[in-house]
Amino acid sequence: MELDNRKGERLAEKKSETAGTTETTARRISSFVIVVIFVTLALSLVALYFAVDIYQRNEVAAGYFFLIGFVGLALSSYMLLQMRKRVLKWRIKLPPIITIIECQKCGFKNIREFKRGDYVFKEMDACEKCNEPMMITGIYREIKEPKKKEEKF
Amino acid sequence: MTFAMVVNVSQIAQPFVDENFGWILNVVFYLFFIIFIFYGQRIQMYVMLKEVEGSLLRLKYIKEEGRKIAIETIKEIGKPSHDPSERVDRFLEYFALPPESMDPAGVVWKLEHILDVRDIRFKDEVKLMAPSASETQINNLENTLEAALALNYIYKVVRHFYILGKKTLSLYIIMQLQMILPLVMREAEAYASALKAFAYGQPIGDGVGALVAAKLMHGHEKRKIAKDCVVATVPLEGRTAYVIKAEGPGGNVGKPGEAMKTIIEENDGKISTIIIIDAALKLEGEKPGEVAEGIGVAIGGPGVEKFKVEESLLKHRIPINAVIIKEDVGDAVSPMRKEIFEAADEAIKRIKRVILEKTKEGDSLIIAGIGNTIGIGQ
Ligand SMILES: [Zn+2]
Repeated sequence: MELDNRKGERLAEKKSETAGTTETTARRISSFVIVVIFVTLALSLVALYFAVDIYQRNEVAAGYFFLIGFVGLALSSYMLLQMRKRVLKWRIKLPPIITIIECQKCGFKNIREFKRGDYVFKEMDACEKCNEPMMITGIYREIKEPKKKEEKF
Repeated sequence: MTFAMVVNVSQIAQPFVDENFGWILNVVFYLFFIIFIFYGQRIQMYVMLKEVEGSLLRLKYIKEEGRKIAIETIKEIGKPSHDPSERVDRFLEYFALPPESMDPAGVVWKLEHILDVRDIRFKDEVKLMAPSASETQINNLENTLEAALALNYIYKVVRHFYILGKKTLSLYIIMQLQMILPLVMREAEAYASALKAFAYGQPIGDGVGALVAAKLMHGHEKRKIAKDCVVATVPLEGRTAYVIKAEGPGGNVGKPGEAMKTIIEENDGKISTIIIIDAALKLEGEKPGEVAEGIGVAIGGPGVEKFKVEESLLKHRIPINAVIIKEDVGDAVSPMRKEIFEAADEAIKRIKRVILEKTKEGDSLIIAGIGNTIGIGQ
């Protein structure tokens, strides 16, 4: 048991050393992939140009070059889109959180963004209208879901 | 310059293309066939490994982000005299071993003891990390760190199987990992948003049970009962309701089972019914915030609290009702959604109906709101 603990500590030490390098690795890999994608893109454009160029002289070969060019183009643009999607997905998103402050007496409502320290049923400053203390009655996040087609099930 | 080069190449390639192009293409075609016949599975395996690697990178990113948020929050609220990073890293490696269950009699109490010790240990650790944090903030920080710990663990397990798969090139290992990965990622993302909610002290979806109890007991006198739990005696529809919830607004689940047991004993078992309100996992296709009724002890977690309630129920033959509010894993641990928040009022309506139908005037009953009460006072 004690031994396990010590092993854990050593692991933790090692980890804290390597912790700083993670982001750079992630970035390096993605930039390498981007270079590959752009090279593919350029090569397929060259192939297309090639195809147009020799079309008059050799239709069959031109056809092959067209094929190669379009496949390369499709592949690289697909990869590029995929990359963009991944970059978008990589952020941990923080939806806006709303705090509702209500007056218990006159029903005056104040809606604002969540602040650290807010909690439901916390007593707040006096009401602007009747000087009674106000209270937080709700904290939630509102998700605006994109309008979907009527679901079957 | 490039243009000129390309033109040149096309001129040189001309005779070559004419004579050999078809032949080369044929060879390439056959080669492809042969490669796919012999190495198809291996290629597929590499593709899977690549996919896992992508997810693993993302997991690593999430985990690092979680660690960073935890450290920043500790620095901000705890105002430690020196950098807490090292202590946090040590915390992220903590583990608790479950008791031996070969002879299962009495294992619940052993498990409870271990969980208690773990809880105390964690709290002490957080107090050392963040000396100037209040009790509420310490609870929130502990929850934040626990989420970071979970993320760290998920990352390490996935990494373990990834490396093992790469080493052994066993389709069995790689395929299993790749197949469950979408579910693992969902859970990791849920923990990541939970971590943020905990760091800020925002109510989470799981706390909807506590919210219902808080709404019922608000404005009535409360007293502490059991560990981290409060109870209020609330007159409701001519009955006496003992409303129980974990003590907020810090991140807490308390010991609702212990609390219920104590109330039952205080009343010598003269409780006409118990109503438990909890968040429950919805099935895909159900709407978040749907309220459903049933029977049974709706308490999640390791099962200790559920066990205690069931024991007392059996002893005094008390009927048990449950009202659940449905949500998915992501909603349960991320900041409470509006639909779920609004479901609390619907749940209260249901509770009142159950009370009218199942009890007589003058009866005593228990209403327990289960869940993490972070960001919810009383
Ligand atoms: Zn007012």
